[in-house]
Amino acid sequence: MNIPGNLRYTSEHEWVLLDGNVATIGITDYAQGELGDIVFVELPAIGTEVKAMQSFGTIEAVKAVSELFAPVSGEVVEINAALEGEPMSINNDPYNAGWMIKIKINDPTEVDKLVSPDAYQKLIG
Amino acid sequence: MNEKILIYEKSQPGRGGGILPEISQSEKDLMALIPEKYRRKNDALLPEITEGEVMRHYIGLSVKNHHIDKGFYPLGSCTMKYNPKLNEKAASIEGFVHQHPLSPCRTALGSLEIMYELEEYLKEISGFDAMSLQPVAGAQGEFAGLLIIRAYHRDKGNVRKKVLIPDSAHGTNPASVSMAGYETVQIKSNERGIISPESVASAIDNETAALMLTNPNTLGLFESEIEKIAEVIHSAGALLYMDGANLNAQLGIIKPGKIGFDILHFNLHKTFSTPHGGGGPGAGAVGVVKNLADYLPLPIISKNADDGRLFLNYDRPKSIGRLHSFYGNFANDLRAYAYIRTLGAKGLKRVSENAIINANYLKALLKDEFDIPYNQPCQHEFVLSCSRQKKLGAKALDIAKRLLDYGFHAPTVYFPLIVPEAFMIEPTETESRETLDEFGKILIAISKEAESDSEKLHHAPYTTPVRRLDEVKAAREFDVCYKG
Repeated sequence: MNIPGNLRYTSEHEWVLLDGNVATIGITDYAQGELGDIVFVELPAIGTEVKAMQSFGTIEAVKAVSELFAPVSGEVVEINAALEGEPMSINNDPYNAGWMIKIKINDPTEVDKLVSPDAYQKLIG
Repeated sequence: MNEKILIYEKSQPGRGGGILPEISQSEKDLMALIPEKYRRKNDALLPEITEGEVMRHYIGLSVKNHHIDKGFYPLGSCTMKYNPKLNEKAASIEGFVHQHPLSPCRTALGSLEIMYELEEYLKEISGFDAMSLQPVAGAQGEFAGLLIIRAYHRDKGNVRKKVLIPDSAHGTNPASVSMAGYETVQIKSNERGIISPESVASAIDNETAALMLTNPNTLGLFESEIEKIAEVIHSAGALLYMDGANLNAQLGIIKPGKIGFDILHFNLHKTFSTPHGGGGPGAGAVGVVKNLADYLPLPIISKNADDGRLFLNYDRPKSIGRLHSFYGNFANDLRAYAYIRTLGAKGLKRVSENAIINANYLKALLKDEFDIPYNQPCQHEFVLSCSRQKKLGAKALDIAKRLLDYGFHAPTVYFPLIVPEAFMIEPTETESRETLDEFGKILIAISKEAESDSEKLHHAPYTTPVRRLDEVKAAREFDVCYKG
């Protein structure tokens, strides 16, 4: 299972890459494997305010539709529009081409509450 | 593909199934009554084919398909029981078949009587006070129920905002909630697979309109805290809705209307053996307690106070209105009526008892080979997990596909969502012990195959008319137009 050491995680299987005050967010390799083939992703509009641990969008796989949870609060400054045509990028490359949104974060201390790579590894057993 | 799939593709000019007589003078005279502009100029585009070829065409299609007349169909929460052919006879009685839905009530008393009596039976079975047969599917029954909840709260002065739903619920529940203009709040199931009064109490407030609960739930477990949960709900002024998808476990055993539920939708097409799942339309009758009766869909069937005659009553100012053209799927009402009359009270109770016994028997056959996360005596269905097999390289989906090679329909997979690699199995009461034994034996054999040759399972099924389908393409580029 691929769990990059430079990222932080949530118990709902999102990952966060922090660059200054901008957080890039996607779902983990484990999550894409559990979901199976992804057919649609619904992302918020740029400028949307999202709150930590609240839904920012939905992801539809062949099996089921799931909600996507924002790991941190802030304003959506960029979305990965390519996922509309190529949602399978999330299956094929969850940590790069499969990124979903970038958030300008309000409160940097929220990042400290996220799960470390080691703890995430334990979480998914 | 060279295979001719449509009967039209098998048509040959001049071929036919019978010799028709010449048009008689009296028929020509009749034709003269129809204005020229309405008369057909060209022949109707019908396939030209012999009777024998017609028979082979349709029998061939029925053999390619999987259906309850052909094999075991243990699709969880769908109650794919055998549909007695006597029901079909009842539904094809000429007087009913030729009844026009716009006939005046005085010429449709027979049909009204069937509907009225069916409502009475359903009231007796469920313990509710009033009934509507109008919704034509389980989900439409839910929608009707939620509109009733909305109308009730509006009358009380506040429509409220939220509806509570357990995490084991059918996906239609939150969808119906959204359609009725409410927001869903999820309640987590506890370690016993049911919801607790405490978790309901912590989620409820004065903006909560209702709790929607499936009982037994989708794990096949009875919500044993239901009476306490009802107390919590009612003391907050909210209503308790029961999704009756799993009512097949309760006939003659429990009356939902007497244990705290305010509204229930039936799935006549599940519990009362009317065909479904590609075999026919649904029927989602809704029952309510007395103080919600005024809100039922329009019209209801009432008895005239003077002469006791039945009529369609539109004088219902508080009704949520019409949900569907006419009065529901009447032919399904006939089938359900025939089913109830055939079995009677004792027979219906045995239906549920045998459904429960069959599910528990099959679970016992499989318990050593599969993980069963909520392993307690179940009701009409149970959920096992293919997690053990997944570690060996075969997912629930692979095992489900392999079952097709043995002539079984696969169980419901990946649902409920709270069980990983879920396999939700509902055998129903109409299966023999031999069928259950055979299914158990094959499922265990497939599990062993996961151990010895999981790669083989990845490419199953091998023996079906079509192999593994591209579900991503089906979801993204949905197109049901046949191109030939």
